[in-house]
Amino acid sequence: MRVFLTALLLGALGLPLLALEPPSGLQAADTPNDEGNSLTISWDKSPQDQGDADRFKGYQILRSESQEGPFAEVGFAIGGKTEFRDNVEPLKPYYYRVVAISPEDSAGTAAVGPALATAQWFDSSRANVLILTVLICFLIIWYIERAKRGEELFIRKIQGLDAVDEAVGRSTELGKPIMFSFGLGEIKDIVTVAALAILRQVAVRCAQHGTELLVPNWDPLVMAAAQETVQQAYSEPGRPDLYKEGNVSFLTSDQFGYAAGVDGMMLRQKPGAVFFMGYFYAEALLMSETGHSIGAIQIAGTTAITQLPFFIASCDYTLIGEEMLAASCYLKKDPQMLGSLKGEDFVKAFLIVGFALAALWGTTGHLLFKAGHPWMQGVFQAVKNWFVTG
Amino acid sequence: MKKEIPLAITFITGLIIIVTFFIPHQPLGTMQQRLLIWYSIVLGFTMLLGMDSLLRSNLQRIARRSPGWPFALVLIIGFLGTLAAGIYTWATSESLLSLGSSFMYVYTYFIIPLQATMFSLLAFFIASAAYRAFRARTLEATLLLITAAVVMLGRVPIGAEISQWLPDSASWIMEVPQMAAKRGIFIGVALGTIAMSLRVILGLERTYLT
Amino acid sequence: MKIFEKIANIDSRIIYLLLLLVVLIPLVFKLVLPINLSDPVKQAYQAIEQLPEGSVVMFSVDYDASSAPEIQPMLLATLRHAFSKKHKVVLLGQWALGLPFGEIGLNEVAPQFNARYGVDYVNLGYRPGYRAQMVGLGREIRDFYATDYKGTPLDQIPLMQGIHNYNDIDLLVGLEAGQAGEEWIQFAGARYGLNIIIGATGVIAPDMFHYMQARQIRGLIGGLQGAAEYETMINHLGTGVAGMVAQSWAHLLLLGFIIAGNVGYFVVRRRKQS
Repeated sequence: MRVFLTALLLGALGLPLLALEPPSGLQAADTPNDEGNSLTISWDKSPQDQGDADRFKGYQILRSESQEGPFAEVGFAIGGKTEFRDNVEPLKPYYYRVVAISPEDSAGTAAVGPALATAQWFDSSRANVLILTVLICFLIIWYIERAKRGEELFIRKIQGLDAVDEAVGRSTELGKPIMFSFGLGEIKDIVTVAALAILRQVAVRCAQHGTELLVPNWDPLVMAAAQETVQQAYSEPGRPDLYKEGNVSFLTSDQFGYAAGVDGMMLRQKPGAVFFMGYFYAEALLMSETGHSIGAIQIAGTTAITQLPFFIASCDYTLIGEEMLAASCYLKKDPQMLGSLKGEDFVKAFLIVGFALAALWGTTGHLLFKAGHPWMQGVFQAVKNWFVTG
Repeated sequence: MKKEIPLAITFITGLIIIVTFFIPHQPLGTMQQRLLIWYSIVLGFTMLLGMDSLLRSNLQRIARRSPGWPFALVLIIGFLGTLAAGIYTWATSESLLSLGSSFMYVYTYFIIPLQATMFSLLAFFIASAAYRAFRARTLEATLLLITAAVVMLGRVPIGAEISQWLPDSASWIMEVPQMAAKRGIFIGVALGTIAMSLRVILGLERTYLT
Repeated sequence: MKIFEKIANIDSRIIYLLLLLVVLIPLVFKLVLPINLSDPVKQAYQAIEQLPEGSVVMFSVDYDASSAPEIQPMLLATLRHAFSKKHKVVLLGQWALGLPFGEIGLNEVAPQFNARYGVDYVNLGYRPGYRAQMVGLGREIRDFYATDYKGTPLDQIPLMQGIHNYNDIDLLVGLEAGQAGEEWIQFAGARYGLNIIIGATGVIAPDMFHYMQARQIRGLIGGLQGAAEYETMINHLGTGVAGMVAQSWAHLLLLGFIIAGNVGYFVVRRRKQS
C-alpha cells in the first residue's frame, strides 16, 4: 500500500519515475539564404521538456565528420528550443546527434546526416524588398529621364527655404553674425547631406553680404564637410578672403555639452539669424529657446519627428520631414533633381492608393470572414505575410 | 578627376551594399561585413579630427584674447584633465570603467552632474515654451491644446486618480491619431531618403563633395 | 484689467521657480502615488518573464547621464528581472559616455543574485559606428567585439563560447535616449529577426509606438512612467516610482499655466477688440 501511495504521489508531481527520452524527428539541413557556412539542426521536444528548468536542462548538440564518430559538443540549446544553428565549413559532410539532458540523466538520438552547407546566390526571403526597391527606383529614374528631356516640372513653394535670403538680409542689416547648426546628425545621415545644401546657400548669401557665418559642430566628419562647403561657397561670389576656418569648428561629441556650447555662443555673439538643419534630439528646444530669447530669426528643418513640435513652437519657419530632403532640389532647380522629386511624389500617390485598397480589402475580407466566406481574408493574410518576411 | 573618383567610389560602394543585401554568396557575402568593419575603424579616427579642430580654435581664442577666452581656457584644462585621468586609469586599472578609478571619479563627479544639469534645463524651457505656444488662437490650436492637456494628465499617475478616462483617452490619442499623423510624415521621410540616396549613388547630388 | 495682461505674459523666471518647487517637494518628502500599469510595459515584462531559464538577453545601454534619471531605473529593473529568471546577460553600449552606467548597473544588481562575471553576465563595452555594428553582429559578434571591456578575448569567456551572432541571442533590451533604438529595430530586428523590447525616454517613446503596433518590438517601457510600472511589476520600487509624483505635479502646474495664459490672452484680446 505504501509503495503504491508513493508511486501515486511521485506520479502526481510530474512523472519523474519515467526515464528521460531523447528528442524525436532530428534533422540536419543546410541553412537557407546564407553564405554557405551554417547548418540548421532541428528536432521535436523531448516529452520531459515541460518548461521546468529544475527537471530538464536542455539539449547538447554533438557533431562529427563521420557517422560512427567520435562526436564532439558544438553547442547547447536550453529547454524549450527546437532549433540550433551550427557554424561549419562549406561543402563538408557533417553528422549530428542531440542529447536531452536532465539533472540526473541524459538520452541521445541516433546520428543523422550527412548534411552539407551550401551558399545561395539569392536570398529568396528578401524577394519582396527587391521587387519594391526595383519598382520605386524605376519610377524615380523614369521621372529623372523625363526631366532630362526638358519636360516642365512644377514644385510648390517651401516657405522655410524662401526665407533664407530674408534671414541673412535682416542679420546683415543689424550687423550681426549668422549661426548654422547640424544638430547631432552624422555625415552618413541623408538629412545631414541635405542640410549641407542649405548651408551652401546660406554661405553664398553671407559671402555676398559680407556677413560672418558661425557653424559649431558635434561631429568631426560633418565639420570637415561643412568647412569644405563654406570655403567653396565663399569663393563663388569671389570673396574667399572672408572665410575663417575657426568659424566652422568642432565643439564636442557630447549632446548637452554641444547644446551648452551653442547656447553660450548665441548669448555671447548674439546672431541675428539661426538655422537648425539636420537631425536633433532633446537639445533642439534648449538651443531654439535660447535663440528665441535673443530675438534671432530662426529657421529649422529636421526629419526627427519628435522634435518637430518644439521647433514649430520656438522657430519662425520649420521644414517638416521630406521638405528638408527636397531642399537641394528646390534650391538648385536642376531639372534632373526636380525629376527625382516628382518620381518620389508618384511613388507616394501609388502607396496611398495601395494603402486605401488594402484597407478596403482587409475590412471587407474581415466582414465576409465573419459571414462564413474566408477567401478574401485568406488573400489579405497571404499578401500581409509576403510583406512581413525578409 | 577631383570629383570623378569620389563619385565612382560612392557609386560602387552604394551598389555593393545594395547587392549584398540580396546575394549571400561569396565573395559578396563577406564584402559587406568588411566594408562595415572599415567604416567602424575610420569612424574611430575621426575623433582625432575633432580634437585637432577643438584644440586649435580654442588655443587661438586664448592667444588672441578673444571675448570669452577664459571659457576656452576652462575647456582646455577640462580636456587635458580628463585625458590625463583616462590615461592614468588605463595604465593602472583593469579597465577604464573600474569603479573607484580616477577616470570614473571624473565621470561620476563632473560629467554626470554637468550633463544632468543641462538636461534638467529642458523641463524649464518646455514649461515656458508650452505656456507661450499653447494659446487657443484658432480652432486647430484649441484642439491641440485640449489633446495636450489630456495626454499630459493621462500619462502621469495623478491622471488615473482624477478619472480612469484620462489614461485611457491618452493611450487612444497616442495609439491612433498621433500614430496616423506620424506614420504619414514617416513614410514621406522614408521615400525622401530613398530618392536622396538614389541621387547620391547616381551622382546627381554632389553637395557633400563641394 | 492689468492683472490679465500680467497673466498673459508671466515672467519666465516665475514659471521656473514654481516648477522647481513642485518637483522638489514630492522628492524631498518622498510622496507616493499608485501606479497604473499599461499594456506595452506588461508586454515588455512578459517578454523577459516567458523566456526559458538560461536564455541569453542582450542589453544595449544607449543613453548617458542626461537621460539616466529616466532610463537607469529601467536598466536596474530589467536586469533584476533577467537575473531573477537566471537568464544570461550580455551588455554593450552604443553611447561611449553611457557605458559606465551599464557597469554601475551590473555592479549593483549582479551580486544580489550571486551572478558571476563571465559565466552569468559579460560587459562587451563600446565600439564606434553603431549602424555598421548592428548589421555586422548578425554575422559574427567577434568581428566587432574581439574582447570584452577588460580586454579578455571572447573565446576565453565561458558565457560567450556558444554566442556568435543574433541567432544565439534570445532577446535584446534596447535602452534608448536617441536614434539607436530605431536602428536596432530596423537593422537587427527587421533584418535578422531578433526579438526586441525597448526602454526609451518620454520624448523617444512616442516614436516607438508604431513599431509596437506593427509587432516589430515585443514591449515598450516609455519614460519614467514606464520605469515606475516595471518597478511595480517586479515588486522592487526604486527611483522611477518616486519620480512620478514629481512629474504628476509638474504636469498639473504646467496645465495651470497654460489655462492662465489662455484666460489672460482672451480677456486682453476682447478688451482690445471692444
